Amino acid sequence: MAFNIELPHVGESVTEAVIGKWLKSPGDQIEKYDPLVEVVTDKVNMDVPSPASGTLTNIIATEGETVAMGAVIAEMETTDGEVEDTSDSPTAIEPRPTLKSPLEGRIGTLVQGANVGPTGGEFVDTSLTAAKSAGSVDQNASDRSAASSRRKKGFSPVVTRLAAQHGIDLNSIVGTGLSGRVTKKDVLTAVGGGGARSISVPQTLQAGTNEDQVIGPSPIRKMIADHMVKSVSEIPHAWSAVEVDVTGMVEWRTANRDNFEREHGVRLTYLSLTLSVVANALKGNPRLNSSWSDGNIVVKSAINVGIAVAADVGLVVPVVHGAADSSLADLAGKLGGVVERARSGSMTLDDVQGGTFTLNNTGALGSVWGGAIINHPEAAILTTEAIVKRPIVISDNGIDSVAIRSMMNICLSFDHRIVDGAEASVFLQSVKSGLEAITLTSDLK
Amino acid sequence: MPEKTVIEAVREGIQAEMRRDDSMIILGEDVGSRGGVFLATDGLIDEFGENRVIDTPLAESLICGVALGAAVNGMRPLAEIQFADFVWPAINQLVGEASKVRYGTNGVKTVPMTIRVPYGGGVRGGLYHSQSIEALFAHTPGLYVVAPATPYDAKGLLATAVRTDDPVIVLEHKRTYRLVKGEVPDEEYTIPIGKAEIKRPGTDISIITYGLMLHYSLQAAEMAEANGIDVEVLDLRTLRPLDAEAIAESASRTGKALIVQEDTPAVSISSEVAAIIGERCFFDLDGPITRLGTPELPPMPFSPIQEAAFMPSPEKILTAITKLAEI
Repeated sequence: MAFNIELPHVGESVTEAVIGKWLKSPGDQIEKYDPLVEVVTDKVNMDVPSPASGTLTNIIATEGETVAMGAVIAEMETTDGEVEDTSDSPTAIEPRPTLKSPLEGRIGTLVQGANVGPTGGEFVDTSLTAAKSAGSVDQNASDRSAASSRRKKGFSPVVTRLAAQHGIDLNSIVGTGLSGRVTKKDVLTAVGGGGARSISVPQTLQAGTNEDQVIGPSPIRKMIADHMVKSVSEIPHAWSAVEVDVTGMVEWRTANRDNFEREHGVRLTYLSLTLSVVANALKGNPRLNSSWSDGNIVVKSAINVGIAVAADVGLVVPVVHGAADSSLADLAGKLGGVVERARSGSMTLDDVQGGTFTLNNTGALGSVWGGAIINHPEAAILTTEAIVKRPIVISDNGIDSVAIRSMMNICLSFDHRIVDGAEASVFLQSVKSGLEAITLTSDLK
Repeated sequence: MPEKTVIEAVREGIQAEMRRDDSMIILGEDVGSRGGVFLATDGLIDEFGENRVIDTPLAESLICGVALGAAVNGMRPLAEIQFADFVWPAINQLVGEASKVRYGTNGVKTVPMTIRVPYGGGVRGGLYHSQSIEALFAHTPGLYVVAPATPYDAKGLLATAVRTDDPVIVLEHKRTYRLVKGEVPDEEYTIPIGKAEIKRPGTDISIITYGLMLHYSLQAAEMAEANGIDVEVLDLRTLRPLDAEAIAESASRTGKALIVQEDTPAVSISSEVAAIIGERCFFDLDGPITRLGTPELPPMPFSPIQEAAFMPSPEKILTAITKLAEI
């Protein structure tokens, strides 16, 4: 049975994916659930499993192609009738309709097995007598004027590409071409270069040294780029930051680390402690755990915190689900798991779906301040910066003194459509007080 | 560097190869004592003798058949077809046989033969001395087809053709023989088959052409420059295999391609170049791929007035450039 393999839907806000490497070739025998093809979505590489057993017959979506979720990416011949329906519609295996061509009868058909050519056999009469060339039909004046006005709006492939590349609205450009057509030069002028000239050098004059290197972005690099542009161009970002005295947290971790790791078998990191505090702060400040969607603010019921991870392939954001309802040990375990899978490129779909807020531990790389880009469509992203020992003025019973304290900045980027500075500050203070409440004597589990 | 005409460069190239390789012979109509109707082999019979410079009967099938037989048996023949218009009786020997020997013998036999074919019009030659015959040969896998347009390229590509172990058709445009003069080194050199060359760099439009039309296109480009249009001219030099990379690179860079040839456009070199650009440059194009050739009629007219109206000219090319530039 012929069967169309579709790109499965992998979750909210993911509408398309870039096809990576095909792991099977046409003609290959495949078992149900065999990995078929690698695809790259907004934040993850994943393997699409075969929905049935049989033979792969045709690959439709080729490597590097961007494909909408639900689109047909390949065809297979199934060995049994049992097929897992991955589509939203029941029409996945509907046969292609037979097109009724206006030329039918004039095209002729090939006779299977017939001898054609000098060794004998008949040639099929294709009755060309009915031919009336479409090109001979007179084009009247109104057709021509319609064509002319279409040309004004018609953009050539290079013009469309350059405009998209540089984010230029073509309707804002005055064309200098025929009938006001926008030309490649017009776009380059609008970009501000007229750049075509600089690259025309006869082969013999090429210097061959000191040339700029042009790198085609990997699919995931392109995804990151698109995602960042989308976030920055849609979300009005605002920023706020506070200093947190984490001396108590550092002391508590130092004292409890060995026991904790022995008891639970997971690493106890500052990030897991911070994650626990942030999740609780989000519970009390649900506006920071929401999305701007079609003019409404959608406050999310779940608190799923994405963790920005610098993997070899680029930035990925695995998600820790149910962060507010987990014990510290649970949280540390979940965190360790997703980060490990992110680094090794073996994340599951679940690992990247459903994020409602993002935490970015830039301090691990020594950063002390940052203005992060929000992980669209979330409401905010928080960075935890490097923990640094600094002389700090401490007031105790009205007496000021200077002490050496472990200090950490936390920086919040937030969607100003959803929250104002006041609410952002309340959230930041809530995180700050949560972190500063941890002391050597805290009983954290 | 000494300046030579195309025909002088061809003659010098043949002579150098004959001296270099004893297995090389020349055969064709009037190539011996007459020295060839265009004098491409003038004086060679005196230097190399009639065993290596062979006058043949008026039978192109024989010329190419004998050359093919000599080639598979270890010689390196250089055959001359007096006019391209008379090559048709040898189609079987070239397209039907020579092109298929390497494959047909599983590589045991190769055909190191070269066929020089003067072609093209604009010489008041009428029906039988003006034809463009390149499309049929360029369509044939197993043949190389080169069409040098300058003295330098004529000598270099001839040397490469002779030294190639597969059949090479060398198309020499008759009009260029004494029309075009240029620098040619006295010493030996070769030019690789399959490499086009930018003869004039430009940024606004790419003209892709070969043969006599190269020179007309360069003239048209000069005229266009006066109008502020910066035209690049790419000389294909080899018609099979076409230099797809060079074609695509130039067309992508300028975004506008004008293909100029003397042959009729339908199912021709310009068709293939247009297909290459369509396949490789879609997202870089800023105008329709445009072709200029001769009308779809069987003959090159004999009347000088009609011939001039029939052939592409620098003025016609300029008109096409201007139209494409304004789009």
